[in-house]
Amino acid sequence: MKIHLKIWRQKDSQSKGEFKDYTLDDVHQELSFLEMLDTLNLKLVKKGEYPVEFDHDCREGICGQCGMMINGIAHGPLKNTTTCQLHMRSFKDGDTIYIEPFKAAAFPVVRDLKVNRSSLDHIITSGGYVSVDTGQAPEANSIPIAHEEAEAAFDAAACIGCGACVASCKNASAALFTSAKITQLELLPQGQTETSKRVISMVKQMEEEGFGHCTNTEACQVECPEDISVLNIARMNYEYNKAKILNK
Amino acid sequence: MENVLKSEIPEGPLSEKWSNYKKTAKLVSPNNRKKLEVIVVGTGLAGASAAASLAEMGYNVKSFCFQDSPRRAHSVAAQGGVNAAKNYKNDGDSVYRMFYDTLKGGDFRSREANTYRLAECSANLIDQATAQGVPFGREYGGYLRNRSFGGVQVSRTFYARGQTGQQLLLGSYQALMRQVNTGKVSLYARHEMLDLVLIEGKAKGIIARNLDTGKVERHGAHAVVLATGGYGKIYYLSTLAMGCNASAIWRAHKKGAFMANPSWTQIHPTCLPQSGEYQSKLTLMSESLRNDGRIWVPKDKNDTRKANDIPEEERDYYLERKYPAFGNLAPRDIASRSAKEQIDAGKGIGALKNAVYLDFSKAIKEYGKDIIKERYGNLFNMYKKITGIDAYLEPMKISPAAHFSMGGLWVDYELKTTIPGLFAIGEANFSDHGANRLGANSLLQACVDGYFVLPYTLQNFLADEIKQPKTDINHPEFDKAEQAVKKQIEGFLTTKGTKTAEEFNKLLGSELYDKCGLSRSKEGLEQAIKNIQDLRKAFKTDLIVPGEASEVNSELEKAGRVADYMELAELMCIDALQREESCGAHFRTEYQTAESEAKRDDTNFCYSSAWEWNNNPSNPILNKEKLIFETVTPSVRSYK
Repeated sequence: MKIHLKIWRQKDSQSKGEFKDYTLDDVHQELSFLEMLDTLNLKLVKKGEYPVEFDHDCREGICGQCGMMINGIAHGPLKNTTTCQLHMRSFKDGDTIYIEPFKAAAFPVVRDLKVNRSSLDHIITSGGYVSVDTGQAPEANSIPIAHEEAEAAFDAAACIGCGACVASCKNASAALFTSAKITQLELLPQGQTETSKRVISMVKQMEEEGFGHCTNTEACQVECPEDISVLNIARMNYEYNKAKILNK
Repeated sequence: MENVLKSEIPEGPLSEKWSNYKKTAKLVSPNNRKKLEVIVVGTGLAGASAAASLAEMGYNVKSFCFQDSPRRAHSVAAQGGVNAAKNYKNDGDSVYRMFYDTLKGGDFRSREANTYRLAECSANLIDQATAQGVPFGREYGGYLRNRSFGGVQVSRTFYARGQTGQQLLLGSYQALMRQVNTGKVSLYARHEMLDLVLIEGKAKGIIARNLDTGKVERHGAHAVVLATGGYGKIYYLSTLAMGCNASAIWRAHKKGAFMANPSWTQIHPTCLPQSGEYQSKLTLMSESLRNDGRIWVPKDKNDTRKANDIPEEERDYYLERKYPAFGNLAPRDIASRSAKEQIDAGKGIGALKNAVYLDFSKAIKEYGKDIIKERYGNLFNMYKKITGIDAYLEPMKISPAAHFSMGGLWVDYELKTTIPGLFAIGEANFSDHGANRLGANSLLQACVDGYFVLPYTLQNFLADEIKQPKTDINHPEFDKAEQAVKKQIEGFLTTKGTKTAEEFNKLLGSELYDKCGLSRSKEGLEQAIKNIQDLRKAFKTDLIVPGEASEVNSELEKAGRVADYMELAELMCIDALQREESCGAHFRTEYQTAESEAKRDDTNFCYSSAWEWNNNPSNPILNKEKLIFETVTPSVRSYK
């Protein structure tokens, strides 16, 4: 099938970007979206032109490195799917596809579709862990955890850190990302002792990185590849308020 | 020339070696630790756990990864689980049993003492990960749950749904970021190591390229640890991430670190088959699926019916037929080779006749769809996303694909390479799996190396370095290494040929998969060596890399990786050629039994090959580490 592409090209964070038009004539339905971009890049490189830079690595939906806005939707039209798992059978002959980088003040463009998401790492650095050193751990079965609790913790822990929640949010808030980690660790006895310290530092860091506030539009969950629940945000707010009140 | 390599195995009976080592290993006092710097390259399970553990002890760590965040390293993609000899199931498991399973799974081609230590430290890992908040699967009573994996008859695999690698990695990533927060770890994401710097024969630093700015940087330390994973991407089509590469270990090899058993590559039996030439990767479907899935092909090779239309009696469940004791849970090398046999006999299914069926209908009938969904739901979803097919209604189509490198840098018991001050951990080394790795042992080895082994063995080395000053990055050796790196980059950019690095990788990969993949022969390998040499020549004159060195340039990154593959590929073939036996994943067609099983030759090949760089990729020097079995007598590996 024939596909028209309008791709955001931007040399670096300082330069001005613009959409450029490309057309691919022979796109197979079985191609993944990134493989479609590979074929475009192969053509560009062969012509001596600079290929479209985009983030990707595992190409099986788990590393969280890929991500772009496809026709205005983070990771494209398929629900709960990363860009690398999107296939061209979701499009039809003659379609025009707009491709842009994730846009947020906290995600500066590195080049073309590639953005810098280290702000998410900084949030984890500020407290998204259990403070246990290697060697300190007690026997694993000494603390039973109900099946349902472990499963609920997993649901929150499944976040792949791609940043689609931020890109989908009109406020560019990282509330879903941050709250998922807070919830995972709060649900497990191992993480509970540090909950209030953790929630206060992570929320503070989130603000310092330039992410916006959550206004409950719930767009983040809709476009999250892992379907992380917005209820985590409610839990984060609850824990945050509790920590603030109890600590003062 | 044959050297005897020193494996440094401690004295004493097998079960006491590691404790004996720990009792006598040298220590560094806490106030001296803060004066010492360690570089750790790679932030997968091995790298992140090592960096975090060393920082917790008080060392200053510089941690490098090429990804945009340490959390994205390819350990993240491991699905099925991690083994540990906890014997929670009361089904006869023990450290010894796990050691024996691993040794046997590797076809008696690994070092006894290392393999035993892997099993011995396994239980600690489950404790550590649980304490970090890794949400392992639990029984309704709240205790940890286990499942079975290939090549064993007990249930010792712990798992977090189908995302065990992700959850373990997030645990070690968070431990790492906690140390970034304390200031003990400096993190260098989007940095790629391009050379190792030796001063007076010791590893003292690295040259790395900042992938966002193109700047070539110097980093010094008292020791360097490589945790850079495997090189299955050399086959191009593989289960690995696009960025996985051999560059760090290969460049260290060219500085003097020996490469061991480079040709031993695990071809994983349950991956999605190739469906066209544009394909960039073969996605793995966890081996855990073989717990409930049954593998079959039609008995008639001309069968064109849909899977569900083929009656039971016209299906050949060949693994159950050939290996009744282990059935669908035969080890990976055997499962992959059996699939190849069926495909080569024309019984492959799918449009390209390159796959076999993995069928859940019996399990769904027996347990109900809900149970199967709880066990493998995410895998079935992934299958549907990629193929558009609902595996609850019809069997999956699966095919073997390049997966894990059993080979890697040669290390001794202390995980030291042949370069003083250079350590290799996780998949980057060769140590624990012999000629075939058992499922759910890779996450384990990465973690055990990083959390529990390296912190002791590196300290034993650093104890003698406490008087060494901070490494001077203005030393002439740094100048030399930096110049060489810049010259290579310049060379790529000025070749201005017609083929991209990826096109070269594809050509190399198909040659290698064909002749140095699931089965190998003298004739094929000799041909491959010649073809690889020609391809390497073409790469030097016909490569095209656009853009400049001083900017984000992914084509330039790929060029460097493929340049290394062009040399490593030849070594893999040379290695496979010299080993005139079949063992584990290394199947030489000339050496097989009447039933087409691997025929080992313990008289002549009971060693690990350790190759030494000799300034020419076609002329490496073979050193042999003889494998000495004090506890176990190698037997013919049988899963029947």
